[in-house]
Amino acid sequence: MTVDVAKLLGAAIAIAVGAIGPGLAIGLIGSKAVEALGRNPEAESSIRTTMILAAAFAESVAIFALVIALILKFT
Amino acid sequence: MPHISIKGEPIFEIFGLMVTNSVIATVLVTALFSIIAYLYYQESNKQHKKSFFYVINAFLKIIYDLFYSVLKENTNNFFPLLGGFFFFILLNNWFGLIPGVGSIFIVLKEHEELVKVPLLRASTADLNTTFALALTSVVSTQIFGFSYLGVKTHISKFINVSNPVNFFVGILELIQEFARIISFSFRLFGNIFAGEVLLAIMTFLLPVFFSFFSFPIFGLEIFVGFVQTLVFTMLTAVLINMAIHKQH
Repeated sequence: MTVDVAKLLGAAIAIAVGAIGPGLAIGLIGSKAVEALGRNPEAESSIRTTMILAAAFAESVAIFALVIALILKFT
Repeated sequence: MPHISIKGEPIFEIFGLMVTNSVIATVLVTALFSIIAYLYYQESNKQHKKSFFYVINAFLKIIYDLFYSVLKENTNNFFPLLGGFFFFILLNNWFGLIPGVGSIFIVLKEHEELVKVPLLRASTADLNTTFALALTSVVSTQIFGFSYLGVKTHISKFINVSNPVNFFVGILELIQEFARIISFSFRLFGNIFAGEVLLAIMTFLLPVFFSFFSFPIFGLEIFVGFVQTLVFTMLTAVLINMAIHKQH
């Protein structure tokens, strides 16, 4: 295995494994938000804001993995 | 393949200091913001105000209410810092989406060979800028903690010898403060840089005729830029709120 191949493989594995956790997390956040909305439809705006903030935090883990993948790819 | 670089590239040199393309973009955005702020200030002193004033006022009111929901009666003390963060990050995020930023190249001579370098680059897509922002956020949080609680109480959050459990919790808190710098800076940098890469790649993935189909990505990037600004400032607000109150 040459260095270039190892780099590409490393980048692919980094983003592939790194996307699993945040994917599950965002799914859970969405499902719980819909559940909360069903119980209390008046609180829609505050639920939406909290949900988007929480989803952004979960997403940032995937972004860390993406940064690693991009660093591997473009340097 | 499009030109993608993970760091800002130097354009010219002043007294041995390299001026990168992201610095130029930061200066432009700051100048733009100063002009808007000056016009707003001018307008606020007049008897009959233009609609421009009311648009910005409504926007400021929304942000103020958002911070008020976290900080309550202390909002006025911290609004200058948080509002500054908000507008600086928001304008810089959106500046990178203007057509021409990142796609206008100039040719420079580097080590006796000619290289093409983009003239402008969104400054939040440069790790230096986001690291500086994260450092400002964390250090100012600590300073506010010292000034509101006093030196002794604030230090006791980190070094607590009352019992072994509290001692280890204090050490974890200390590590967390440093981890916060990394996570703040990488979150903002990663999101904005990934957006730039996505935009660059999307137009090249599709045939030329269909490349306008990448325009929903622009909408997504505008949204991501706004949400990341909100995340950064709200997180800073929450952390400041935690730092200025005693632990229970």
